[in-house]
Amino acid sequence: MKGMTSIVKKVSALISGLVFLYGCYIIFHGHLTPGGGFAGGTIIAGSFILLIIANGIQYFRLKKEKEESSLAEGAGILFFLLFAAGGLLLTAHVFFRNFLPYGTPGNLLSAGVIPLYNIFVGIEVAAGLLSIFLAFVIYKKED
Amino acid sequence: MLNYILCFVLFLVGLYGVLTRKNIIKIIIGLCIMEYSLNLFFIMIGYIKGGVAPIVDLSSSQNVKYVDPLPQAIVLTAIVIGLATTALLLAIAIKLYKKYKTFDIDKINNLKG
Amino acid sequence: MEVLLTMILIIMIAGSVFSLHAKDLLSAIVSYGIVGFSLVIAFLILKAPDLAIVQIVVETISLIIMISVLIISTGEDLSEKDMVKIKGKSYINVRNLYYILFSVVAAFLLVYFFILATGNLNPFGSHETRMATEYINNGVKDIGAINLVTGIVFDYRGYDTLGEATILFTAVMGVLAILRLKTHKQDL
Repeated sequence: MKGMTSIVKKVSALISGLVFLYGCYIIFHGHLTPGGGFAGGTIIAGSFILLIIANGIQYFRLKKEKEESSLAEGAGILFFLLFAAGGLLLTAHVFFRNFLPYGTPGNLLSAGVIPLYNIFVGIEVAAGLLSIFLAFVIYKKED
Repeated sequence: MLNYILCFVLFLVGLYGVLTRKNIIKIIIGLCIMEYSLNLFFIMIGYIKGGVAPIVDLSSSQNVKYVDPLPQAIVLTAIVIGLATTALLLAIAIKLYKKYKTFDIDKINNLKG
Repeated sequence: MEVLLTMILIIMIAGSVFSLHAKDLLSAIVSYGIVGFSLVIAFLILKAPDLAIVQIVVETISLIIMISVLIISTGEDLSEKDMVKIKGKSYINVRNLYYILFSVVAAFLLVYFFILATGNLNPFGSHETRMATEYINNGVKDIGAINLVTGIVFDYRGYDTLGEATILFTAVMGVLAILRLKTHKQDL
C-alpha cells in the first residue's frame, strides 16, 4: 500500500499534531468537561492512524512499531491496576479507594485519583486500537 | 412510545440481516446494527424532557433537572467493546477467505456431517 | 425535540435496510456509515456528549477496518435468486415465500410482546429513577468531580471499568493471535 500524493502528506503531518493535542486535552480535563479517558484514547489512536494511512506502510518500518504498541498497551493496564491496588495498601482497607486529596471542585487538580485513572485508561485504549489497526494493515502486505 | 417501537424495529432489521444474508460481511454488518440499536434504547430510557447534560453547574440555583447519568456510564464502555468484537469477527472472516477463497456461507460447509 | 428523534430513527432504518440489500459490498459499507453517523446526532439530541465523541471516532475506525477487509477480496454480493429454472421453464422460488411469510408473523409477535413489556414504563422523557437522584445529589460531595459520568465510571462503578479494560486487552490479544504474522529475523 503506497502512500498518497505529497499534498496529502504535508497537510496530514500538520493536522495529526493538532488532533493529538486535542486528544490530550480531552483526557486531562476529563473530570470537568465531557469526555474522559475513553474518548481521548480513541482520538489519539485516530491521529496515529491518519499518519500511517497518508504515508504508506514502508515509511515507518512497521514491524517494530507493532511490538512497541503492544508494550504500551500492557503498560497502561498494569499502571491502572497498580493505582487501584494502591488504595488498598496505603490508606483505607478498601480496593479502589480514592486516596489523594480532593481540592476544590472546578479546578484542574481536583477529584483525587481520577485524573490519573483517565490518563492510564487513555493510554491503554489508544494502544489497543492502534494494535488492531496495525494487525489488519500488515496482514494485507504479506499475504 | 413511538420512539421505543422504532428502536425495536431497527433491532429487527439487524436480526433479519443476520438470518437471511449469505455473505459473511453482511452478517457482520447486521450484528453491528443490532448493537447500535441496543445502545440507543438504553440511552432513551434515561432521558428526561427539558433536562441538561449531566455536568454539574456550581454557580446556578438548585432546581435544574439533569439527565440520568447512570445509563451513559454503562453505554460508554459498551461502545468501545463493540468495536473490539467487530474487529475480532472481521479477523476470522479474513482467515476464512484465505482458506476457502469465497465469502459465501453455503460453500464454507466443511463442518457438515 | 422528539420529532427530530423520530426523523433520525427513520433515516437509520432506511439506511440499514439499504445496506443489507446492496448489490456490492462497497455500497453496503458506505450505507453502514450512514447508520453510525446518524447515531451520533441521536446521542446529541438525547443530551449525552461523552457518547457522541466516542461514537464518532469508533465509527470512523470501524469503517477503515472494514474497507481494509474488502481490499483483499472481490466486492460482489451473493444472494438467492427469485426465479428458479427447472428444465427450461422458470418457477417462483417457493422457499423464499415461506421465509417471508414466517418472518412477517414472527415480527408481529415480537413487536406485540415488546409493547406489553414496555407498557409499564413511564412515557418517553419522564422516567426518574431512585439511583439517579442519589448520584446527582451526592456526586460532587463524594467524589469531587464535576463531570458526573466520569465520576460514576471511575469511582462508583470502578469494577466495571476494570472489567472493560480487561475485555479490550483480551480482544486485542485475540486479533493478534488469529492473524498470525510471521516475523522475519533479518529485519531486526
